[in-house]
Amino acid sequence: MDLPVINSSSEGAAGGGCDSHSCGSTDDQLNHLPEHIRAKVHNHPCYSEQAHHYFARMHVAVAPACNIQCHYCNRKYDCSNESRPGVVSEVLTPEQAVKKVMAVAANIPQMTVLGIAGPGDPLANPERTFATFRELSEKAPDIKLCVSTNGLALPDSVEELSKHNIDHVTITINCVDPDVGARIYPWIFWNNKRIMGREGAAILIEQQQKGLEMLTARGILVKVNSVMIPGVNDEHLAEVSRVVKSKGAFLHNVMPLIAEPEHGTFYGLMGQASPTAEELQKLQDACSGDMNMMRHCRQCRADAVGLLGEDRGQEFTMDKIEDMEIDYPAAMVKRAEVHAQIARELEVKEQDRLFQAQAKAALVALRGESGAPLARPVLMAISTKGGGVINEHFGHAHEFLVYEASPAGVRFIGHRKTTPYCEGGSSCGDGESALDETLRVLKGCEVVLSAKIGFEPWAPLEAAGIQPNGEHAMEPIEEAIAVVYEEMRAAGKLDEAPEQQQKVA
Amino acid sequence: MALEIIESCVNCYACEPLCPNEAIYQASPHFLIDPDKCTECLGDYDDAQCSSICPIEGAIIDELGVALNLPGSLTGISAEMLAKYQAAVEATYQAALAAKSG
Repeated sequence: MDLPVINSSSEGAAGGGCDSHSCGSTDDQLNHLPEHIRAKVHNHPCYSEQAHHYFARMHVAVAPACNIQCHYCNRKYDCSNESRPGVVSEVLTPEQAVKKVMAVAANIPQMTVLGIAGPGDPLANPERTFATFRELSEKAPDIKLCVSTNGLALPDSVEELSKHNIDHVTITINCVDPDVGARIYPWIFWNNKRIMGREGAAILIEQQQKGLEMLTARGILVKVNSVMIPGVNDEHLAEVSRVVKSKGAFLHNVMPLIAEPEHGTFYGLMGQASPTAEELQKLQDACSGDMNMMRHCRQCRADAVGLLGEDRGQEFTMDKIEDMEIDYPAAMVKRAEVHAQIARELEVKEQDRLFQAQAKAALVALRGESGAPLARPVLMAISTKGGGVINEHFGHAHEFLVYEASPAGVRFIGHRKTTPYCEGGSSCGDGESALDETLRVLKGCEVVLSAKIGFEPWAPLEAAGIQPNGEHAMEPIEEAIAVVYEEMRAAGKLDEAPEQQQKVA
Repeated sequence: MALEIIESCVNCYACEPLCPNEAIYQASPHFLIDPDKCTECLGDYDDAQCSSICPIEGAIIDELGVALNLPGSLTGISAEMLAKYQAAVEATYQAALAAKSG
């Protein structure tokens, strides 16, 4: 089956990487997927940018074994203070996992998706993974199931996966060239042998591509994750994007490498650089000519619970779950009500979006005819706790969402993590204060919108060319950004070049 | 002749289902090999299965106490890199201590 994929090329739009088809005021990059695919992903926080403001996901760590080694992974994964893939606090049995999922689903009715993502590879632990899926399909039929794999054992698992009504699979594909692969994967375990270097990478790549083709042939949606490793596969990933699209993947998620010496990974210890937010965005824009790109991934832990960007795992440790009484049939009724309410909200937003897109298109057409110059695009950062509104204080934000406002509308660019300003100080080992870190990650943005911004960070933000703005608390993100952009245009600020950057090098 | 799993095992389960003799079992604080059942896979496979999938260098040793996977052989992480790692861990720990007392 050949799934059509939108082409969000940059022709005709200011700022690049954004055309009128994929860039409405809500900019859900799934808007133009065929209806049968949208129906599958509209409430999946990892696949739909819009859904991730409303719906929650959880991972259960039932799959500790792995059949390959990646240079960005340390198999001594037991850590509760880090948020990155492959890290978990406790490995669960399938029985414990089922209990945990039902407890979370009853307490967080917005939870729509259960994923198995590790801490090893789910398909290298087929018994544990499939036992979990089997029982959940029976006991909690209103939860979507999905799985994330390195792909090595995927061709052997496609049959079993299709039995469990799993309509989404994520494959991590970092390369389609074994010479690149040899610099990412030191070994794989294959046919009862450990196979080192290029030979192992070649087998892995072959299995990944075969698995991808088998899944799309069965109508199972495939998202491809790639880790961007500067100097190793950064220049190669546009080719990866092109290849996986041609084989039917519906979404490509390019994520930045996470590598610190204290993680004890090969890349961390050898000082391999991670990409900056700007480098990542540039690559995502380059790939978007070929592929529908995902930009809201938060690279969560293999036992994460909650909305993307938050982790409520500590509320659902096994000892706490043991004491919970779960009436799942009652919970399912409540869950259905909550999901219907969110669906209604989203429908209203969608109507709004269509209306605004039409109005903007008319406006752009008018300006174009009168020969007036089109206003330049502006990056704005916002802080949110979810729900699609500006409801987080500047000082409490663990991350900022970055949007681009342009005459064509407002589009989501990505998220930038930071240390909350109010928790800064001694927790910063390298002497960089939390505010300095925030100023650095907000580089390129001209406005930051928060529910509230304190007196202290106000002047440094302005000095860095970032206008703080607390006037749009509790307002929908895209609407507030559109209003601020219009104010900037009316004030003549869009005719001049941005004044910052040189001050925040 | 039998192999042995030692304390650096991270309990990842990878070896357990591979053993042709069902000699590997979960135990606390880490998985163990029943020496009476282990044949080092002789007659079944060219390479011992547990040490062929084990991701932790040094976690599986032979009867002479020699690691089947030598340092650096699986991760590419050399002794110098490891020393750097331990220094980083120590620095993080000291910073956390200082933060608590301050």
